[in-house]
Amino acid sequence: MLAPVTHILPLATVQRQRVLPVPGRVLVRKGQEVTAADAVAQANLAPQHLVLDVARGLGLPADKADKQVQRKAGERVSEEDVIAGPVGITKRVVRAPRPGRIIVIGSGQVLLEVDSPPFELRAGIPGEVVSLIPDRGVVIENTGALIQGVWGNDRIDFGLMHVLASQPDEALTADQLDVSYRGSVILGGYCGQPDVFSAAADLPLRGLILSSMASSLVPVAASMPYPIIILEGFGPLPMNAAAFNLLSTSDRRQVAINAEPWDRFADKRPEVFIPLPSDGRVSTLHDTIEFAPDQRVRVVRAPHKSQIGTIVTLLTGMEVFSSGVQGPAARVRLDNGEESVLPLANLEVLV
Amino acid sequence: MSTSLLDADSLLAIDVGEVNTRAVLFDVVDGRYRFVAIGTAPTTAAAPYQDVGEGIRLALDHLQRVTGRNLVGPDERLIMPSLADGSGVDTFAATLSVGPPLKVVAVGLLEDVSLESARRLATTTYAQVVEELSLNDRRKQEARIDAILRQRPDLIIVAGGTDGGASQSVMQMIETVGLACYLISESERPEVLYSGNQSLTEEVDAALNSIANLHIAPNVRPILEREQLEPAQLRMIDIFRNARGKQFVGVNELDAWTGQQLIPTSTAFARVVRFLSKVYDPGKGVLGIDVGASATTLAASFAGELTLGVFPQLGLGKGLTARLGPSELSQIIRWLPVEVGEDQLRDYIYNKSLYPTTVPASEEDLWIEEAVARQAIHTAISSVSRGFPPEVANSGSALLPWFEPIIAAGSVLAQAPSPGRSMLMLLDALQPTGVTTLVLDQNNLAAPLGAAASINPILVVQVLESSTFLSLGTVISPVANVRPGTPVLRIRTKQDSGEETSMEIKQGALEVLPLPLGRSAKLNLLPLHRADVGMGGPGRGGSLKVTGGVLGVVIDARGRPLRLPRDAAHKMELYRKWLWSLGG
Repeated sequence: MLAPVTHILPLATVQRQRVLPVPGRVLVRKGQEVTAADAVAQANLAPQHLVLDVARGLGLPADKADKQVQRKAGERVSEEDVIAGPVGITKRVVRAPRPGRIIVIGSGQVLLEVDSPPFELRAGIPGEVVSLIPDRGVVIENTGALIQGVWGNDRIDFGLMHVLASQPDEALTADQLDVSYRGSVILGGYCGQPDVFSAAADLPLRGLILSSMASSLVPVAASMPYPIIILEGFGPLPMNAAAFNLLSTSDRRQVAINAEPWDRFADKRPEVFIPLPSDGRVSTLHDTIEFAPDQRVRVVRAPHKSQIGTIVTLLTGMEVFSSGVQGPAARVRLDNGEESVLPLANLEVLV
Repeated sequence: MSTSLLDADSLLAIDVGEVNTRAVLFDVVDGRYRFVAIGTAPTTAAAPYQDVGEGIRLALDHLQRVTGRNLVGPDERLIMPSLADGSGVDTFAATLSVGPPLKVVAVGLLEDVSLESARRLATTTYAQVVEELSLNDRRKQEARIDAILRQRPDLIIVAGGTDGGASQSVMQMIETVGLACYLISESERPEVLYSGNQSLTEEVDAALNSIANLHIAPNVRPILEREQLEPAQLRMIDIFRNARGKQFVGVNELDAWTGQQLIPTSTAFARVVRFLSKVYDPGKGVLGIDVGASATTLAASFAGELTLGVFPQLGLGKGLTARLGPSELSQIIRWLPVEVGEDQLRDYIYNKSLYPTTVPASEEDLWIEEAVARQAIHTAISSVSRGFPPEVANSGSALLPWFEPIIAAGSVLAQAPSPGRSMLMLLDALQPTGVTTLVLDQNNLAAPLGAAASINPILVVQVLESSTFLSLGTVISPVANVRPGTPVLRIRTKQDSGEETSMEIKQGALEVLPLPLGRSAKLNLLPLHRADVGMGGPGRGGSLKVTGGVLGVVIDARGRPLRLPRDAAHKMELYRKWLWSLGG
């Protein structure tokens, strides 16, 4: 049976494709080194337009007004530039109320696209631009540690990481965030209080890595200007041992957080990346895999949610679980020593 | 039905769902069409595969292993037609539901008339209205254009104007839509469905044809008093197919296998419901419910007149968090017989949306999952029932109309630990009235049969006649305005064996009258205290012949609307009692 995969890798070669949702402009060149927060491409995602009623402005019928337009479609205009006219004794004109670009002219009207700040697509991970995707984006490659999460607030940044969680299930509180952490990334455990986020914004932090948070905080977390990534899920959940061991031993390293929301169809997932020099023992990312004995797995639903274990055997046929629901299952030896029969549907392979 | 099957064709149907892809084989067994076997595999539309073809291949592999029949040739293509050695199939059909809901901008003139029809048209497939434009919209034209651009819709539905009616205001809307489409790069342009004033179709075509992927359908409001969605729904199928073909690798190939007949799973499901409504008691409707990961689909048909609602926000997958409005959590909690606070429930829903393919392995998780499903069905039926024809028969205007049968699909219902749990979920969520039969589509065959209907209608008839669905039982739901404990119904039963029994049902009770699966009996219903059992009005009874389901005959006298105690412990006591009555 095909298995879902989560990457928690101490050292791997990671390639990430970063593409704009609409055609735009690529800002970097092949071979260029970028940081996670560098803009690699830009596009106007939410353009603003103005319809200028030239006919009314000039006091002419539409067809005559069209003949008085002094600009062509595609032409750029500055604020106060004359677009149409002058006409009549009073030399009536229609001017551009804001700088922009003429899009269409006709029926006595001019459609102006107003200049607005473009959306900038950030690199997400630091590394080398290994290929360009014309009008859309880039592919970036680097070696380092990769830890995938389950939820992110759609922000990207990087900074020096400080480990504040001494245990995988420790709750992060606002009073732990003192001024010495300004500009850093914090590794915390569970967050149940909104004042943690506001304290982090006040410092400001450059990122927050959490095992879990209360789902009631989703709207607050989503509005924060710095990246927040959740590794396990919602409610008080301890960080899985693999991720905790990897992150807690990376204190004071540079880490990049790409907290883009998890979208399986678009192949996007929130991630923490710690750039590391390659020592020749670099893992290759395996995204397609089938369940098999000896695989390391994480349990993603109760019971034993967030625990890590090893598949002992794949059971044949259907198992009946304590809920009474039936399904394919595996016997899993959890890292706490307990053995449990768990639905395959509630497992993901860690590679 | 005596039909010659000398030229019988086998049929393979593929359903690409949000979680699983199914390959279903139908063929002739003992001179009649039968469901033969099903192969399943995880759907592979998402990363890392991003190609539905892989899941289809694996589902076909599974089916080949189960049946021992070669369906795919060495060239990796389907063997069609079948060969003399028995390999391959003769005909092929496919349905698809996987994918995010289509983003729809609904455009109409009047909020409650054409815009409402455009909205309703959107709910007939996997879609979500993300922006609306109407005459009441006070925004300037440029703000409307920018609103469309911001949403980057997959589809713009334009309704408005009765035939020969309003034209200027419709064309103003068209101008806004046209400008927005013009501003979107050609490869990103949405589909536009015009379904308004038909006297403007030439003008609309001239205005939009070169700058939009334009589809023109008959008016959804030809006259003010009448809504006709059906012709436009057919165009929605084409649009859905085009959109999914652009989104996912493998969809166009699947569509080619069907001869461009790939249809949304919800459409196929609804076809079966409508088909059955033409066969069954014309005095009642047929209701179908499919609670899936991508959406909850509800199809009701009264003598062939279909009302369809597809609700992505009520699916049990990624869209779950979209329905966490202020009252929704407490609405779900009312079904829960275990102590679960709002925070815990919200956490559960968010976690489930992260991992939609997971299954409840603990008892508490199962109760929560079932409560979420109850509320999804309850919300869906409340929404869809607003579109029911006004003349449908019922036991009260605020109650569910009379249906026969009610078909339920979706893993939360079909894969529940026991038939009793499936029955209780349906009774709670739907609260049927009168006499009905609840049947379970355990193998998710309704949609494949709906897809097969246009290819081989005889197959559909014969497979439906062959006990394809599992009958949970006949349900009698007396509606009475009396205190709990008051007798509301006396039932005399005469089994085929001649054995006679009688029982009295009290208000508040959920009882089971044992009747083995497939065995029939004659019931005489005598309502008490003017209870309504759907036999002509309050207090009216009579005789009827019923067939036993896996649970026999169920009498649900718990009241309509159903009122559950607030206290979880008390609720658990009741649920345990009811489940015990229903066999566990």
